Amino acid sequence: MAAFQTPPLGEYPVIPPVREGVMAHSKPFVAKPDLQKPLGFPGELVPEWEKVAVTRLGELVSQSRALQVFLDSCVKCGACTDKCHYYLGTSDPKNMPVARQDLLRSVYRRYYTFAGKHFPKLVGARDMTKEVLDDWYSYFHQCSQCRRCSVFCPYGIDTAEISMAARDIMDSVGLGQKYSNEIIGKVHKIGNNLGLPEPALRNTLDGLEEDVKEATGVDVRFPLDQKGAEVLLVTPSADFFAEPHIDGLIGYAKVFHAAGISWTLSSHASEAANFSLFIGNHDNLQKVAERIREAALELGVKRIVVGECGHAWRVAYSFWNTLIGPFDFLDPRYPAPQHICEVTYDLIRRGALTLDKSANAGKVVTFHDSCNVSRGSRMGGVPGGQFLIPREIIRACVDRFVDMAPETIGETTFCCGGGGGLLSDDLIELRVKGALPRMQALQQVVEEHGVNYMAAICAICKSQFTKVLPYYKHPMDMIGSVHGLVSSAIVLGPKQ
Amino acid sequence: MSALTVLYALLFYVAAATLVGGVAYQCWVYARTPQPLKIPIPPAPATRRGVALRMLVEVTLFRSLFRSNKWIWLFGWIFHVALLAVLLRHLRYFTEPVWAWVALVQPAGLYAGFAMLAGLAGLWARRFLVDRVRYISSPSDHLMLALLAAIAASGLAMKYLAHTDIVALKAFFLGLMAFDWQALPADPVLLVHLALVAALMIVFPVSKLLHAPGVFFSPSLNQVDDARERRHAAGWSARIVHVSRARGG
Repeated sequence: MAAFQTPPLGEYPVIPPVREGVMAHSKPFVAKPDLQKPLGFPGELVPEWEKVAVTRLGELVSQSRALQVFLDSCVKCGACTDKCHYYLGTSDPKNMPVARQDLLRSVYRRYYTFAGKHFPKLVGARDMTKEVLDDWYSYFHQCSQCRRCSVFCPYGIDTAEISMAARDIMDSVGLGQKYSNEIIGKVHKIGNNLGLPEPALRNTLDGLEEDVKEATGVDVRFPLDQKGAEVLLVTPSADFFAEPHIDGLIGYAKVFHAAGISWTLSSHASEAANFSLFIGNHDNLQKVAERIREAALELGVKRIVVGECGHAWRVAYSFWNTLIGPFDFLDPRYPAPQHICEVTYDLIRRGALTLDKSANAGKVVTFHDSCNVSRGSRMGGVPGGQFLIPREIIRACVDRFVDMAPETIGETTFCCGGGGGLLSDDLIELRVKGALPRMQALQQVVEEHGVNYMAAICAICKSQFTKVLPYYKHPMDMIGSVHGLVSSAIVLGPKQ
Repeated sequence: MSALTVLYALLFYVAAATLVGGVAYQCWVYARTPQPLKIPIPPAPATRRGVALRMLVEVTLFRSLFRSNKWIWLFGWIFHVALLAVLLRHLRYFTEPVWAWVALVQPAGLYAGFAMLAGLAGLWARRFLVDRVRYISSPSDHLMLALLAAIAASGLAMKYLAHTDIVALKAFFLGLMAFDWQALPADPVLLVHLALVAALMIVFPVSKLLHAPGVFFSPSLNQVDDARERRHAAGWSARIVHVSRARGG
């Protein structure tokens, strides 16, 4: 890994001038054949891969109205060019959303449109060559599929859809990304991203019960595979022992305990994350999601609740009903999967939880809206609930809450820089640079309001910031779980 | 009947057929292609009525573009509104008697010709002056602006510099529509103007001008945000079948 410089934070955000090719060297490790095959992909670059890739592209376009419309409709207006955190952080023009789309659009035009077939130079159409493939591998792994650009596109062109398609095509010719594909393989084989087998998981949860008992004197349970429980909790496996994720898990357990809701984790579906989304592969997406349905039916639960994980909540909210529905086996009062924040917020509103803000005294908190929650889902019954509910929970747990600049939160939130299957050490330069816009906004509230804590509801965001905050001279433990704050503030035992 | 009249008559039949047929074909392709998953982009309405309102605001006021970049919005919106006004003004060449409201918008359509040029100039300037937009511009993007600007300029030239016989012109187009061909005035500026318009009609279905029908089919804009309430299935996702497991009693 070549040395690189952390981009400096100015007094205000700037749109950098174009510097061509400065991130062309950024490429994640390639998946070895043994990681490709369990996912149904060829182990290495197949013979005549150019043809295979073009054919796969045609298939994908014919199966997705989104792709078909998005590839045809761009007018190159430039509205998206300054919206991507990776462009703002790197100034490489191929990280401008429209230029990233064009890496694929140019090939689509060449093989599937009249203009591209007959006048390739005129419309910027390109043959599928090794050079193009290299560009794809580099720059489609510099997109976290956060969808910020599509909020600003007059046609709603979603670069994530295009980036997912490109990754699927690369997988189909045998060029996969090690990080994502290794993780998906582990989910298929063992049940979670970390490859944590059932005995180890049980052991971890027992340890947590002891820890919480020691800290609070209360018997808070962390049940596993408990048939007949009311709630199946599906949470990212990072919650089982990564910091600060684990404080979130303890928070969920305390909330269920305080509310008297019986719940369980499942060793069969011990993972909320579904990295198949990132590689755009529908078969894997469905297969990974199916575990949740199987576990819920096996355990006979009445509700499904999803822990703090951004893309998992997008998959749960937007796709589960399609992929593993209908949920007619659930309690008709909770007929769809819920987010843990919806559960906690509902309990707070009903006065079912006692929260003591003094436990979080001294914390001045801001909230990082995670991209997939903000732009791929919703919470509660109202538009914008995904922004309101986590903030209301935080406000109930701390004395001071401050929002970052409006253009950097809510539906125009900036990605943490590590989403979309890029949370890997081989991409650390990209991750640090991609975090620039968020760090800029954070710096401002640190200076103006003394913010010393940033809460999030996404496992990837939490891991990314833990790693990246020190590059920007902030302590790594400045990032935390929303339910970590709940965990500190919640008063267990009989209601006073 | 002059060869010129025959040539232009045939040209406009071909252009009109290409435009209508091409756009209809593309719409059919968009309509038949399934959208297997729910991917609305916020602010996504939770009802069909909300989506209709969103689309209306999007295509009339360019709301997303306004949020994104005020300059592109300004030039782009001016251009599109002016183009609409100019097109409405031109209806007088295709209707007899001229509809009352078409007569009313005539002055607006005239000013719109200049506004259209101004909008195009602004958009074109960005393709040279803003390094990011310069980077993403291909020759076809410049050509499209050149084509539209030339159409606007030649149109204005006929109003202010070299008048043409608009009565004869109207007879030509009414004749085309009735399959009763009339002579076309052989003024050079008019011939250039008409040839460029025909070219625009012909490239429409094979160019980025497809954004006009495309925007209505864009799933991120036209989907209702009700994934949890209604099970969405289309294309490959419609082949996923789970046996109902409703709890008895």
